[in-house]
Amino acid sequence: MNILKLSAAALVASVAFAGAAAARDQVQVAGSSTVLPYAKIVAETFGETFPNFKTPVVESGGTGAGLKEFCKGVGEATIDVANASRPINKSEADACKAAGVTDIQEIRIGYDGIVFATDASNGDMKLEPKDLYKALAAKVVVDGKLVDNPYKNWSDINPTLPKGPIAAYIPGEKHGTREVFELNVLDAGCKDAGAKDVIAKEIADKAAQGKACIAVRKDGAAVDIDGDYTETLARIAANKTGLGVFGLAFFENNMDKLKVATMRGIKPTSATIADGTYPVSRPLFFYVKKAHLGVVPGLKEYVEFFQSDDMVGPDSPLVEYGLVAAPDAQREQARKDFAAGKTM
Amino acid sequence: MTDLTSPIAGISKPKAGRRDIGIKGRYAAERRFRAYGIAALSFGIIFLMMLLWSVFSKGYTAFQQTMITIPVEFSQQVIDPQNERTTNPQKLMTANYPIVARNALAKVLGADVNDRVAARSVGQMLSDGVRAQLRDMVVANPALIGTTQTVSLLASGDIDSAFKGQIDLKVSQENRKVNDQQVKWMNQMAEAGTLGKHFNGGIFVNGASSRPEAAGVGVALIGSFYMMLIVLALALPIGVAASIYLEEFAPKNKFTDLIEVNINNLAAVPSIVYGLLGLAVFVNFMGLPRSASMVGGFVLTLMTLPTIIIATRAALKAVPPSIRAAALGLGASKMQTIFHHVLPLAMPGILTGTIIGLAHALGETAPLLLIGMVAFVANYPTTPLDPSTALPVQIYMWANEAERAFVERTSGAIIILLLFLILMNVGAILLRRRFERRW
Repeated sequence: MNILKLSAAALVASVAFAGAAAARDQVQVAGSSTVLPYAKIVAETFGETFPNFKTPVVESGGTGAGLKEFCKGVGEATIDVANASRPINKSEADACKAAGVTDIQEIRIGYDGIVFATDASNGDMKLEPKDLYKALAAKVVVDGKLVDNPYKNWSDINPTLPKGPIAAYIPGEKHGTREVFELNVLDAGCKDAGAKDVIAKEIADKAAQGKACIAVRKDGAAVDIDGDYTETLARIAANKTGLGVFGLAFFENNMDKLKVATMRGIKPTSATIADGTYPVSRPLFFYVKKAHLGVVPGLKEYVEFFQSDDMVGPDSPLVEYGLVAAPDAQREQARKDFAAGKTM
Repeated sequence: MTDLTSPIAGISKPKAGRRDIGIKGRYAAERRFRAYGIAALSFGIIFLMMLLWSVFSKGYTAFQQTMITIPVEFSQQVIDPQNERTTNPQKLMTANYPIVARNALAKVLGADVNDRVAARSVGQMLSDGVRAQLRDMVVANPALIGTTQTVSLLASGDIDSAFKGQIDLKVSQENRKVNDQQVKWMNQMAEAGTLGKHFNGGIFVNGASSRPEAAGVGVALIGSFYMMLIVLALALPIGVAASIYLEEFAPKNKFTDLIEVNINNLAAVPSIVYGLLGLAVFVNFMGLPRSASMVGGFVLTLMTLPTIIIATRAALKAVPPSIRAAALGLGASKMQTIFHHVLPLAMPGILTGTIIGLAHALGETAPLLLIGMVAFVANYPTTPLDPSTALPVQIYMWANEAERAFVERTSGAIIILLLFLILMNVGAILLRRRFERRW
């Protein structure tokens, strides 16, 4: 009987505890794994600089998962900030509205470059979006006709590329990086290669036309990586002629193992990404619930601290880690918008 | 099939002179079977060895940390130039301590702090954690200002990796995080004895950090400890009570059969499903906080229950019926029979099942993902309701980090987890020995 009594008591106690669970004294953040390292640095420094606030808790899980949690509603049990490596889309914004999360403040923290790199033992590689489109698309145009991708070696596409077989490790569908890759590389390359017109002729359906450019071949030459960049790095270490897609920050931390390719003749650096000459980059964001400002202790201070030049300015720890700082005027504007309470 | 037909074929056609009962063939079959067994065993051992080798060869360096021990001048000019620390207590909290540390190191190296490039290179050799380290020293004892103290400072993660030989220094300096000047300084200090490897106690006590040199599994250990405590306190009594009822009291009918099938099925359900359940019930419905080890403990309790119930029922079944019959025959009630005789005899089996279940729960990350425990948590949790992570989660988070210095720390954390699992399993064996009874 004792055991039964004990377990009943434990259950009652746990439910009582549940009732007592209130008044969160800590900022809760979730979202993009690209923004995660930056958010961690800010959270940690925030905890050290403001001893009266606890260090914010930063969950990872991806942009989509983070925004889903964010749009669950307003209140103690929901998160305060969602990190995102892409802007919030319409269906997510609608879900937010339906759950009562109406006032959302969007904060742009800086830019991230997407770089293409091979193992360090390889020679220099000069890439064009159309080369990557031809190497990775499911269907390409040969002699004015749309056919299944026939290319086997990089040099089949462009004689200046290395001789090895085509292998590319690209971000999987759940990553925000994939969207940028599809738009700035595959779709742009599709246009450059003149495949768009052929596709428009051969496929009648408008929606299918857009998809045809960004459909990736499924014969093993393009491999989706659903894990993080560490997995891509391991794949490249195993396949020396393989090409991997990385964030600039990850590349800069592993420069001794990787050789970066130029895109449209431009080498990815903080400078070329900031001035927009390097073609594959994207802004990074986080979203804040206005209703939580002033309710969750430290939230307002955390956002202001994140926006300060000490964190995202040209000579800040985030830039040291690999973030590309936004231009001065943009940062100033972002701070003003937040202070004025501008919502989406 | 062939094994069966061959002796029959032999019997149907006996050789002249002597009965062939296939002795040779049967011995050969036995030898073959033994060889298969040994092959299977060595296959397993080889993979275990490879796993342990890769973890230990990468991870043993994580238990050492490069430190720079230098005299640091707590200069009033840098910390409190206007001498306002008595009127403004915030001053000591927000002073620019990294500059204090950088100037001290530059002095030792003979570098010019007014040269921006050199000053930056010097600053990068020290961990950003020196801010908090020096601040805590000064806040605890403001009399330090104006004096010079010998302090052990954490080297930055990149210097730590370079000193341990984990960064390829043969490639040109543009392609690595440490430049040639820093390597020269590093070797110079190593020769002078001011830079050296020390035992890395921080990896056991520090919370999560974005700086590899200051990162530790402290918060994860506490989180895992709370969760194990909750699992033990809930799963053991509930599991044992359920199994005793099912085994000893419940009538044997279709309904109890159905329950039994369901319990066996639940034991095989992917653990992420329990995470979904936990999110829906504990976080969304009951309103428990996200990322709290209490919710993690509840979810892992649900996950461990089937294992414990199955082990307990097997242990209860293994108690000989004669013991029950004897107790009942001497006038004991059914409950007295169970609690005085059956349960003590089944205890070793129950404990083994419980500890295997706990070990399973200790190594689980998937169900914790959805309830927000896969997170960066720097503060120690004071109660199970505070945010925390768990040991396997910390391993997963570190495995995804970009910095080189996190590679060894990932393996280091795996070693710590393995040690805990070994301890638990040794505990299971010892408890079993202690409680084992023969009849």
